[in-house]
Amino acid sequence: MSRLLNRPALVWGALAALSLALYLLRGQLPALVTYPQSWVLSPTAPMNAAMSAFVAAFGPTFRFFGWLLEFPVSAAQMVLQALPWSVIAAFFVLLGMVASGWRLASFIAASLLYMAVIGYWEESMNTLAIVLISVPMALLLGFAVGVLGFYSDRARRVIMPTLDILQTVPAFAYLLPILILFGFGTTVGLVASVLYAFSPMVRNTILGLRAVPPQVIEAGLMSGATPAQLFWKVRVPGAQNQMLLGVNQTTMASLSMVIIAAIIGGTDDIGWEVISSMRKAQFGESLLAGFVIALMAMALDRTTFAFAKRDRFTTQEAAGPNLWVIGAGVLGALLLLSFVVPPLAQWPEPWVFYPADAMNEALRSFILTWREAIETIKNTAFFFVMLPIKIGLQQAVSPFTWGFAMTPALVAAYAALVAAGAIWAFVKSHHTLAAMLLLWGVVSYIGLTNMPWPALFAILVYTAYVTAGARLALGAAIGLGFLLLAGIWPQTVLSLYLCGVAVLICFVLGTGLGIWASESETVSAVLRPVMDTLQTMPVFVILIPFVMVFKIGEFTALLAVIAYAIVPAIRYTEHGLRNLPRDVTEAAEAIGTTRWQLLYKVKLPLALPAIMLGLNQTIIYGIGMLVIAALVGTNGLGQQIYIGLGDGDFGVGMTAGIGMAVIAMVADRITQAISRRKQEQYGLASEFI
Amino acid sequence: MPTNSKPTTDVKLSCRNVWKVYGKNPARFFDGTKGNLGDDAAAHAHAQEIRDSGHIVASANVSFDVHVGEIFVIMGLSGSGKSTMVRCLSRLVEPTAGEILLDGNNLLSADPKALIEFRRHKMGMVFQNFGLMPHLNVLDNVAFPLELQGIALKKRRAKAQEVINLVGLEGREASFPRQLSGGQQQRVGIARSLCVDPELWFLDEPFSALDPLIRRQMQDEFLRLQRDLNKSIVFITHDFLEALRIADRMAIMRDGHVVQIGRPVDLILNPADDYVRDFTNDVPWEMVLTAGDIADPARGFAPGMGRIGADTKLDLLLPYLAEHEAGVMVKDAEGRDLGAINARAVVKALATGMTDQAGIEP
Ligand SMILES: Nc1ncnc2c1ncn2[C@@H]1O[C@H](COP(=O)(O)OP(=O)(O)O)[C@@H](O)[C@H]1O
Ligand SMILES: [Mg+2]
Repeated sequence: MSRLLNRPALVWGALAALSLALYLLRGQLPALVTYPQSWVLSPTAPMNAAMSAFVAAFGPTFRFFGWLLEFPVSAAQMVLQALPWSVIAAFFVLLGMVASGWRLASFIAASLLYMAVIGYWEESMNTLAIVLISVPMALLLGFAVGVLGFYSDRARRVIMPTLDILQTVPAFAYLLPILILFGFGTTVGLVASVLYAFSPMVRNTILGLRAVPPQVIEAGLMSGATPAQLFWKVRVPGAQNQMLLGVNQTTMASLSMVIIAAIIGGTDDIGWEVISSMRKAQFGESLLAGFVIALMAMALDRTTFAFAKRDRFTTQEAAGPNLWVIGAGVLGALLLLSFVVPPLAQWPEPWVFYPADAMNEALRSFILTWREAIETIKNTAFFFVMLPIKIGLQQAVSPFTWGFAMTPALVAAYAALVAAGAIWAFVKSHHTLAAMLLLWGVVSYIGLTNMPWPALFAILVYTAYVTAGARLALGAAIGLGFLLLAGIWPQTVLSLYLCGVAVLICFVLGTGLGIWASESETVSAVLRPVMDTLQTMPVFVILIPFVMVFKIGEFTALLAVIAYAIVPAIRYTEHGLRNLPRDVTEAAEAIGTTRWQLLYKVKLPLALPAIMLGLNQTIIYGIGMLVIAALVGTNGLGQQIYIGLGDGDFGVGMTAGIGMAVIAMVADRITQAISRRKQEQYGLASEFI
Repeated sequence: MPTNSKPTTDVKLSCRNVWKVYGKNPARFFDGTKGNLGDDAAAHAHAQEIRDSGHIVASANVSFDVHVGEIFVIMGLSGSGKSTMVRCLSRLVEPTAGEILLDGNNLLSADPKALIEFRRHKMGMVFQNFGLMPHLNVLDNVAFPLELQGIALKKRRAKAQEVINLVGLEGREASFPRQLSGGQQQRVGIARSLCVDPELWFLDEPFSALDPLIRRQMQDEFLRLQRDLNKSIVFITHDFLEALRIADRMAIMRDGHVVQIGRPVDLILNPADDYVRDFTNDVPWEMVLTAGDIADPARGFAPGMGRIGADTKLDLLLPYLAEHEAGVMVKDAEGRDLGAINARAVVKALATGMTDQAGIEP
């Protein structure tokens, strides 16, 4: 059996045959094409029952805590609202000044001014208040758990996989149980954001504490440190830089979750502005509000990152305290002044500039002008790329879409073409390639959503087997089996399809751009800020421009997913190519390779592990974005989560959330395994990755 | 190189049959033996037995004494167990078996509190990669041990400043470690270890990470410091020449075992085995032999002779002898004449060394 499994050519060929056979027999054996409803053993009812029991038992406790947690948030909101805007602005500008310098300070000043001018000051402060409360909580929790994980191996063995799950289960799925337990209110956003944001702090804490050099620890011990002194005076300061990176990541995660949590509504914050105006198709409004989020994200990111990267241990102390004194003076003076000069206390209504209507008008005329082009782009992509993958050539090709029908003659020609390709590969003794070509031909003809479930199931499990081994294959089989049993296989396939197309495009396009960027400083310099922006932007905001132009639909969702998930593909490729061991590339150059030879024969193969890691990240990002994209009209697991969220149906939402986590984890392990194998094969140290 | 204050014969630190075994269950090899298995052959056999069971024997049956005011060097190739040994002495590593006596008291039975007290007041240690606190500047790095003792800021900084001057770092107090060169960083490490006025000073390859020129300079300064401080020192190195230059006595380690202990000259004249002989082979003899070693009692004082201390190394004498046909009179520490030497005697002594090494039968 295992001898057979280790001959991929045979197995892929068999899988192609199985797919085709089951498809052809769909009339006789419908249960082996579409998973029959009567075989579904839905876990939603028991899950809901369990949740109800849990709520019945502990609901009051949670609600009490929720009620308690309201206080710090409303207190922070009150303070931020009560303080004159000028004082708050000055505070953050000064912070930027201390963290990095006048450039960041002026960026922050401009961002805050934008919030005031546009009239979203209050909403912005409400969002900021939740972030300001959730970040310290997440940091504290993350630090405590990280320290536990650092000292106890046993604890770490529990913590690490839990973090994996927390980070792969889509953020939306968190909201549901929290919503059910805590009830509506700002607490949901707070709790969700703490849960979502504490894991980077855990990872960085463990990483930082472990990286303190043993000689520094020994020096501390020999200086006569007690265990407590060793921890607080040696380990923690030694891990400080890494932990500050954790602060940066936690802050960003917190903000993005606070924005996402706005979807449950009832909050008067900036996330809600975006979502509600998007739902009302008010694009000018949503873009203006989305900009606030983007600016806030960038400012928070730059500031916390600057604090993490600031070269604390080379500057002399003397300048420090003075700056703080000056800062306090400025803030105090502004506070007093704002009593006298009202515009410093509250941004005057007449000064608000809110160009939403003009923007909507501009957009309307833009779309009117370019209607043809927009429709053409959308239809071409949809009919010739997306639809064939989704429902197969047999259905996608019709007079209405392609201009002709899939006549038996055409089918025969198609079959002949695929067969010819396979035979050619076989003759060249690329046996596996031949078999995979056959499989690819069959799947393209049938279409992902029409694939007989046993065949698709087997293909996925076998992919896991050949790339990552028997254990992952078993895990994948269990996970996918759960999805079948739970009755959400069709949605899973839809998610696979959308994500698969997006990832494919990201990979091709992103790797290409990455290669280009690695060879050209100009391209690299242009791409970097664009990618930075895309990565710091909370995911909602990315949707806005695409929805504006292409309206709601699968194509829009696809574009949004691509925009978000292409970044790691570019990044890792460029990084991998730029950081190859110098001696290898120099040796190749010394032999006399041309630039292209160097790239294709030396650099690209060596950078493959890094590129595969990029693919890994692209997949994870893609799946993460999929849920958000469901907002703009896709079917699949993402939508299922919304249904759960909308109906307060824990079972439905959670099952779909688990489904996405299963896909994410299997894809993650597969790509990691490929990367690792290549890395070992080349004997590359991981520092080059 | 001459030292003013010679080591006494009082034992400061004593190490008896110390073993360190890494692995699953190392303790089971030493039920009731206290690490003492009788003779050397038995220890070797036992170590082999432990290795065969899949454990790592980092140090095996190590015994030596460190006298008050002495520089005791442990020398050996990398992986021979030197660092493990010095860490056993400070209990950064718990020995698996054996005894360590500090001023006659068993260090291994000290409880954690007492151990912290020992480290705070009796021991100082210098590390190969410096082990400086990256977040503290030079002044606070040096004052760190005092900070841990809860000594007030002003007082500890004053003390730290003193030691900083001693190691020649004045002016760099406000710098952070990463702003310093390797040599300067190690000066900080040395200052920190001296800040508490320890009686015992451990140095684990303190100069191995430095460039050769700096290394030489640091060795000289180390010896100068020791002349004033008169600590009891355990100095680790893998560099035989460094050991020769610095050691009062030295131990050579191999695979966790001590192969030979003695004064450098003893090791060179009577290497215990081929392993030791491999080190001594390319030793420049004039660096090892002292005037006292070759002074000829039969030759009395003659007019025109200078006088020289018995522990002067021959390399320092060569220029003088080249100019002074009559030679020089060697005197001991009390100023008594031991006998004279001249250029011819030196050449002969050096030649004998070479002959020995060339394996020529006399
Ligand atoms: N924590 C440890 N666990 C296992 N083996 C160790 C450990 N520390 C040292 N060793 C082993 O003990 C031996 C001696 O190491 P060490 O004392 O560092 O040698 P040296 O300082 O002479 O280079 C080496 O073989 C090393 O691999
Ligand atoms: Mg060592």
